[in-house]
Amino acid sequence: MRDIRRYFGVLLIMLIVTAALAMKFPAQADEFTKEDVARWTKEFTTVVNEGSRLFHSSTLGKNKVSCDQCHPNAANTHPETYPKFQKQIGKVITLFEMVNWCLRNPLEGDPLAADDPRMVALLAYILHERRGVPLAPGKH
Amino acid sequence: MKMNRRTFLKTTGAAVVASALPMSLVRVAFGAKNPAQDFTFAYISDAHIQQIEGSKFVRNWDMGLIRAIQEANLLTPRPDFFFFGGDLAQLGKKEELDHGLDIISKLRGKVYYVIGEHDYYLDLGKYWESKISPLWYSFDHKGVHFVVLNSILTYDKWTHKNWTTPMDRMLAMARLDNPEGSPFLVGEKQREWLKKDLERVDKSTPIVLCSHSPIQKIYKGWNFWTDDAESVQTLLKPFNKVTVIYGHVHQIQYNQVGNISFHAVMATAWPWPYPKSYVQDPSHLPKLTVPMNRADPFFERDATGWQFINLRTGNVDMHYQLPDNENRSVVFNPKTGSPKDSKYQDVSRHIPPQNHY
Repeated sequence: MRDIRRYFGVLLIMLIVTAALAMKFPAQADEFTKEDVARWTKEFTTVVNEGSRLFHSSTLGKNKVSCDQCHPNAANTHPETYPKFQKQIGKVITLFEMVNWCLRNPLEGDPLAADDPRMVALLAYILHERRGVPLAPGKH
Repeated sequence: MKMNRRTFLKTTGAAVVASALPMSLVRVAFGAKNPAQDFTFAYISDAHIQQIEGSKFVRNWDMGLIRAIQEANLLTPRPDFFFFGGDLAQLGKKEELDHGLDIISKLRGKVYYVIGEHDYYLDLGKYWESKISPLWYSFDHKGVHFVVLNSILTYDKWTHKNWTTPMDRMLAMARLDNPEGSPFLVGEKQREWLKKDLERVDKSTPIVLCSHSPIQKIYKGWNFWTDDAESVQTLLKPFNKVTVIYGHVHQIQYNQVGNISFHAVMATAWPWPYPKSYVQDPSHLPKLTVPMNRADPFFERDATGWQFINLRTGNVDMHYQLPDNENRSVVFNPKTGSPKDSKYQDVSRHIPPQNHY
């Protein structure tokens, strides 16, 4: 019984402290403004545009071939189907690994780390061109 | 036959070569009443020979053209001639055109050339015209009237705008998905020429028109499109048997518009997606078309190829030669008056790789 009373006591103190803090500091973590959204969208668009530039660049690989030569508007890349089994690699892979396959083979260049800003930009562009398509992991 | 060692080697060698070939390359079925009028020709297109630097070229694209030529050289009986359907070069450079011509010089037979936008927009066709072929012309062969158009022109205000260098113009046109691009055009000058050229041709003469871009409107965003297509089609309307063969799209397409059959040819370099797989924009693939197989990127020649064509009926029977895939035949069906895939036309016969999305 004493334990329960102590429990409610602590709970009451926490509520009072939370209410006091909320009055002093308006909510920050759980609310965002139109300006925030505009800034985040702008950040995203900047990365998509950089991805588009790289996707159309003759210097991403080493033989002047660019991604868009085979994939205009990033078509036929099917980002919504990853991760999926690639029979030629023999396992389930994510999209960045397939991008690296293209960098090594048709572009005769070097692969990029998964968190390389250039890889992030390429993936952002590829997915942006595919926006609105339902996810279909594993689809062939 | 008395068999000595030399003849044994010769005949078994020939047998090995023949058995390694698809049967379609060994014998073409002929059916015309007058064999002299019965002929085939082969069509190779979109090689996109691309210079890296100096004498280094992209190996993948070189190999596509080399393979097509090696296979076409084995055709029996020999085709009467060959067409090259445009985009020999990637960026219109002399080095690329020369290297491409060097590879094509191994082809046994006469070659007629169609110019593509990748050959044109660096120097506006000057090198092509001086070294390879006129940009538009016509000729007659065994009762068929062939016309070649330069269909990849565009509006003067785009061609002659303030480009920093001619290469900037070339790069702008070479980028298929360029939002700052400009639609293809045959133009008034060539349409006037075509009108006069066709005036002297009997209306029962089969016409085969070869252009780089489709003389029909499929998807403007990638220039699978010619802006004055309808005006050109109008000039072809009075004839009984008309076929338009085009490159540029790097995929199987076929269509029938009134009296005109349309056939696209494969690229030797790389395949392109069907426009409907770009979901942000509407496009209009002809309903008749059963698509090519979706490309497997791990086999670099997949979804590329070349074709041979017979004209025994005066209409085109298109035979696609597709490395490591089943070859396809799209043949004019006189009952429906339109081209038909000889195996896959019915929806129930479609196979999973023909589903593009």
